[in-house]
Amino acid sequence: MRIFVCIKQVPDSAQIRVHPVTNTIMRQGVPTIINPYDLFGLEEALRLRDRFGGTVTVLTMGPPMASESLRKALGYGADRGLLLTDRFFAGSDTLATSYALARLIEKAAEEEGMPQIVFCGKQTIDGDTAQVGPGIAQRLGLSQLTYVSAIDEIDPEKGSITVRRRADHGVQVLTSRLPAMITMLEGSNHIRRGTQSDVLRAAQAKITQWNAAAVGITDLSLCGLRGSPTVVKRVFAPAARSEKADMIPATGGGSATAAALIDAIFARQPALEEDLISAAGGY
Amino acid sequence: MSKVVFDAIVVGAGPAGNSAAYTMANAGLNVLQIERGEYSGSKNVQGAILYSDALEQMIPDFREEAPLERHIVEQRIWMMDDRGHTGMHHRSDDYNEDLPNRYTIIRAQFDKWFNRQVRDAGATVLYETTATSLLRDPGGQVIGVQTDREGEGFYANVVVLAEGVNGLVGQRSGLRSELRPEDVALAVKEMHFLPQETIESRFNITGDEGVVIEAMGTITDGMIGTAFLYTNRESISIGIGCLVSELSRIGKDSPYQLLDRFKAHPSIRGLLEGSEMKEYAAHLIPEGGYRAIPDLVGDGWICVGDAGHFVNAVHREGSNLAMTTGRFAAETIIMLNKRGQACTKKALGAYRQRLDDSFVMKDMKKYKDVPRMLEKQGSTIMDTYPRLMNGAAQTWFRVDGRDKKTKENEIVKSAWRVRGLGLLGDAVKLARAWR
Ligand SMILES: Cc1cc2nc3c(=O)[nH]c(=O)nc-3n(C[C@H](O)[C@H](O)[C@H](O)COP(=O)(O)OP(=O)(O)OC[C@H]3O[C@@H](n4cnc5c(N)ncnc54)[C@H](O)[C@@H]3O)c2cc1C
Repeated sequence: MRIFVCIKQVPDSAQIRVHPVTNTIMRQGVPTIINPYDLFGLEEALRLRDRFGGTVTVLTMGPPMASESLRKALGYGADRGLLLTDRFFAGSDTLATSYALARLIEKAAEEEGMPQIVFCGKQTIDGDTAQVGPGIAQRLGLSQLTYVSAIDEIDPEKGSITVRRRADHGVQVLTSRLPAMITMLEGSNHIRRGTQSDVLRAAQAKITQWNAAAVGITDLSLCGLRGSPTVVKRVFAPAARSEKADMIPATGGGSATAAALIDAIFARQPALEEDLISAAGGY
Repeated sequence: MSKVVFDAIVVGAGPAGNSAAYTMANAGLNVLQIERGEYSGSKNVQGAILYSDALEQMIPDFREEAPLERHIVEQRIWMMDDRGHTGMHHRSDDYNEDLPNRYTIIRAQFDKWFNRQVRDAGATVLYETTATSLLRDPGGQVIGVQTDREGEGFYANVVVLAEGVNGLVGQRSGLRSELRPEDVALAVKEMHFLPQETIESRFNITGDEGVVIEAMGTITDGMIGTAFLYTNRESISIGIGCLVSELSRIGKDSPYQLLDRFKAHPSIRGLLEGSEMKEYAAHLIPEGGYRAIPDLVGDGWICVGDAGHFVNAVHREGSNLAMTTGRFAAETIIMLNKRGQACTKKALGAYRQRLDDSFVMKDMKKYKDVPRMLEKQGSTIMDTYPRLMNGAAQTWFRVDGRDKKTKENEIVKSAWRVRGLGLLGDAVKLARAWR
């Protein structure tokens, strides 16, 4: 199978601080990571390659530094990394991003052939929109399978796929046609540890870099800030919650601590206590 | 995997490993570096003061790019009792020079930058990969390392052990014995965020100027240890450390309780006021000195930095010794490589000679008796003298109607009462250890 995985390099949100005086985000020295949701797609891609053979190509649009994330993806076992980087892309919203990525995918497909599956993250931890994957699917005419928790069946020959999709009130089992764009749900798998030869190959790999022109983007008004109708009106830090964390000391032994913990939860959620009691059929 | 034999494998990407890998890669050697952390510096802990000289030897223009915090213009040395401190401050505008001698740094950022130079010089660097053991040929010569990733291992003509103070690969492979508790200190450190303007006004500095405070005294409960406070651009690093043997023998309080007390001390509290804690870390420091230095070379391996116990605890130098030993080891390997000579124990002995001829071993030797002296005199130096000093200062500075001669006598008596003839002995021992 030929599989593409779109990833994004994002700041590690666990390590971002808000400046206590100016309320602005302090990015200085904050390490970058692969958007965690993308790794579920990458692992699913690698599993399909394990089963059916083929290749996994990882793609991203971002600053030159984003090649580090591609390298990391190669270390997990991906075969090839492609970076689309150009200053014209700065300030892209989801519309402009999905446009650029769709062109990148088409360009890559010229070299490698059209992929049967394009995996994307469910959403990013820095933008949280969940729009880029669907945007790519729409632009490339791919079946759109979002919030997938498992791939039940796949037949690359016949071009059919059956997945489980988490919906608001349950799980949908959907059968669709390839090529498809899939966003994997978190927790659906766990990214593997690459082998020694994976990490060695990743460390020595040359990451292909293309600019806008190289992927055939000529109309720059569709890119970056110019191609982005989204306007950020205001950025603010949420006020600190007045509610403080309760510390429950674990001194009285296991069951006493558990009882204290449950009391504290019920004190805050009286309805929960009643629900649980009635669910258990009374005391 | 087709079996590639690297010219050298470097285990660890701290200052020692980065210096070794950088120097060798720059000389055209095919180098593989293996780092356990997510990136170089991700887990590394240091105060941290960077001494320019050691880095300049390799990257003369490092100041243009390296992430540096502040250059140091003022050094404070404090003897603390429970309520205050008596100290020496040294500050000079001379330190505002073109090429400053010392900087505060944040290791996570600095190591990452340094490691980038290693990669740009052509070395292959693997992250999130832990070396687990040394591979040997039937004759016992080290020929590579095994790691915690699936695979048959990596091969090289020589392995540079730059794995830091814990040095598990070296220990497990029987190259050196386990650390003795009296030879290592456990230090805890926090980073506290403060706006730049606040730091500058609190410490009377401007621009990139920085201040460091080194402190000892009753803050360590009589245990052998020191504390520090360093100014970064937008944060303050503060920490305290004690010998592990003392912590387990005396330790009423855990290191982080000591740190909490230090932070709450009247002399420190105001400097941190309003700050937000960003980061907490704990790390060991090898402080056994010259006598604790293990074997440094063997057939196919060489040991540098903290793994070789290269820390000058008296002057709080470690990273510079790590860089210098890393560079010396690299230069030794480069020499053998160019001559086509095998990296046997005998051939690598040239490294030991370079160390002996340099400030590294000279300084290590100079203070070789300090750890023993401290072992015996620890509580006197950490507790009795700081109390005496602060008491004396109070007697001296308070104006209370008593004449100066009486006060002088009182100061002398108070010292005599506590130490008696021991005073003389202490002075002699200290002088000897310092020689
Ligand atoms: C609180 C504190 C304050 C200090 N302050 C100063 C100071 O102000 N100035 C100064 O000069 N020195 C200071 N030091 C000492 C200084 O930090 C060390 O001397 C220096 O970091 C030693 O460098 P190194 O490269 O030998 O070891 P480290 O910096 O410890 O690096 C070792 C590296 O090896 C990696 N590693 C370990 N085992 C493996 C393995 N099996 N496989 C792969 N990778 C591995 C680690 O992840 C790490 O990156 C301080 C130390 C502490 C703890």
